[in-house]
Amino acid sequence: MADSFYRPNGAQWALSSPALALFLGLLVVPLALTALLSFSAFHEIHGIQVGHTLGNYLDILSDGYYYELFLRTGAMALGTTAICVLLGVPEAIVLYRMRPMWQGVFFVVILGPLLISVVVRTLGWSILLGREGFINTALMSLGLVDRPLLLMFSMTGVLIALTHVMIPFMIIAVWTSLQKLDGQVEHAARSLGAGPLTTFRRVLLPQLLPGILSGSIIVFTLSASAFATPALIGGRKVKVVTTAIYDEFLTSLDWPLGAAVAVLLLLGILLVVIGSNRFMERKYRQVFA
Amino acid sequence: MSKLSIHGLVKTYAGGFQAVRGLDLEVESGEFISLLGSSGCGKTTTLQMVAGFVEPTAGTVRVDGRDLAGVAPEKRDMGVVFQSYALFPHMTVAQNVAFGLQMRKIRRRELDERVAEALSMVRLSGLESRYPSELSGGQRQRVAIARVLAIRPRVLLLDEPMSNLDAKLRGEMHVELRSLQRRLGITTILVTHDQVEAMTMSDRIAVMAKGGIAELGTPQQIYDRPNSEFAFKFLGLTNELSGQVLSVGNGTASVRVGQACLPWKDAGLPVGKDIRFFLRPERIRLCPIEVARCRASVVTRLFLGGVWFYEVESELGSLRMTVLNAGLAQPQEGEVVGITWNDDDLQLAGAEVGHG
Repeated sequence: MADSFYRPNGAQWALSSPALALFLGLLVVPLALTALLSFSAFHEIHGIQVGHTLGNYLDILSDGYYYELFLRTGAMALGTTAICVLLGVPEAIVLYRMRPMWQGVFFVVILGPLLISVVVRTLGWSILLGREGFINTALMSLGLVDRPLLLMFSMTGVLIALTHVMIPFMIIAVWTSLQKLDGQVEHAARSLGAGPLTTFRRVLLPQLLPGILSGSIIVFTLSASAFATPALIGGRKVKVVTTAIYDEFLTSLDWPLGAAVAVLLLLGILLVVIGSNRFMERKYRQVFA
Repeated sequence: MSKLSIHGLVKTYAGGFQAVRGLDLEVESGEFISLLGSSGCGKTTTLQMVAGFVEPTAGTVRVDGRDLAGVAPEKRDMGVVFQSYALFPHMTVAQNVAFGLQMRKIRRRELDERVAEALSMVRLSGLESRYPSELSGGQRQRVAIARVLAIRPRVLLLDEPMSNLDAKLRGEMHVELRSLQRRLGITTILVTHDQVEAMTMSDRIAVMAKGGIAELGTPQQIYDRPNSEFAFKFLGLTNELSGQVLSVGNGTASVRVGQACLPWKDAGLPVGKDIRFFLRPERIRLCPIEVARCRASVVTRLFLGGVWFYEVESELGSLRMTVLNAGLAQPQEGEVVGITWNDDDLQLAGAEVGHG
């Protein structure tokens, strides 16, 4: 029906030009320049050289340090994703079962942190996680630990802070698939003889999986490319790809090498996203057509 | 083949709202009974208490004498067909039907047989590997029915299962589901707001109002001779008339209605009493004026296909009547006609039950 009203006459380009200009100017051009830069050679004294080379990539691929860096980043992103699934899915379900008024209240509580800058939130965590911080003081005075836990400048601290930053995205994604759920499906499973646990495992969870997977993709990509949290909480001790790129650009001033690392990070994330999208499409095409 | 007894069932929600107030119902083994009522009459809450989804505030639900208080829904052995069908969207038709059997730990070979049997009962053989999203509304409903028939439940509970189907398909499903239920002899409760559905399918109908049963009986009983005025008004169309008893004698009475005087066979009425009574539109007949009980002029004439619908202005007042479309010439609007009925067709308004 709508087709009969729509006649392409060039207006669609005019109307989308502001968004296109923004997209081209702020995303495509800088990315293309970064990609170009990654093929330039670098000299410690003379700086960036003219001409193109694969040298940066070869350097990275032949250096175990970078493998370790990428593995640590992957582990950090995966760990955050796993914790977000374990905490976020039950949280979304609890929220779904609440009365509408309480749902509103808790939505504000869950989404509220998104209104505060990541840097401010992370600094808040560094106060809580420090040697003399609130968490360690509390644990010590309760007698649960003898010595302060190493939370700052450790992977544990980074995971805690990242989870806090990322969990709203997981909850929103799961919430969306909960909204699509037929409320009577649970009753149907129960009356057919399934207990509450079996009902969850065989009827609810499979229907939430698309939401969990899309939430996981968001959390994984944002965690893998997170900078402020690992930089402020992990510091030099927990070095990840993003903080390494920052160091190449601002400390070593080896921009081409930094650009090459950035391009590899982007490719890695793209691979994960496309791979999981393919998987989801293949698995759930028929079910949720 | 199970007998279901409901006694003094009450559901009071937080805030004091009473959805069901003291409901008693005996459903015989193999009987098909409908809970008929408009929305908010408590029929769905009653069904949910029987299924175990809602905890009753008071009262008991028994199946074959066994009290179901505190028994979880999965232990009740009841098959529920929901309004939305509530199929599992991530499972194929066969997996949906097999679900209840897997929960009962039925072994592979028997399971396959029973899935095939259930699907052939609802004439869906060949669609085993489809997903619900690939089925039409009518097919989805058949899957929902096959899914509960496969577990051979003691009691079948139908929660407005036809309300999402178009009128023609609904009519076909009424007949089909009814014959299936008779053949299998499953004790069944249907919740519906559709009178035609309740009448075509049920052995007995419980007309519900304000959380209780206003009228209980076979479809013919509650339509033709209901005890309550509520049921008479609720089911089908009716003309409501009022008059005054003029004289009584020799087992007959005379009642003044509008400008006319009607003979009344009931002699138990005191003289001077104001009475109200009902006359169904289909019980009024056209007839030659010489033998008519009453003259009437046609105000409105509507053609409804199977029947003609008239609004006539008579000495009794305004009346609605229907005449079967038997291919005969029909009077025009404005024409004066004779109308008649049998004495038995006049229904004295009885005791008020439930609604005013």
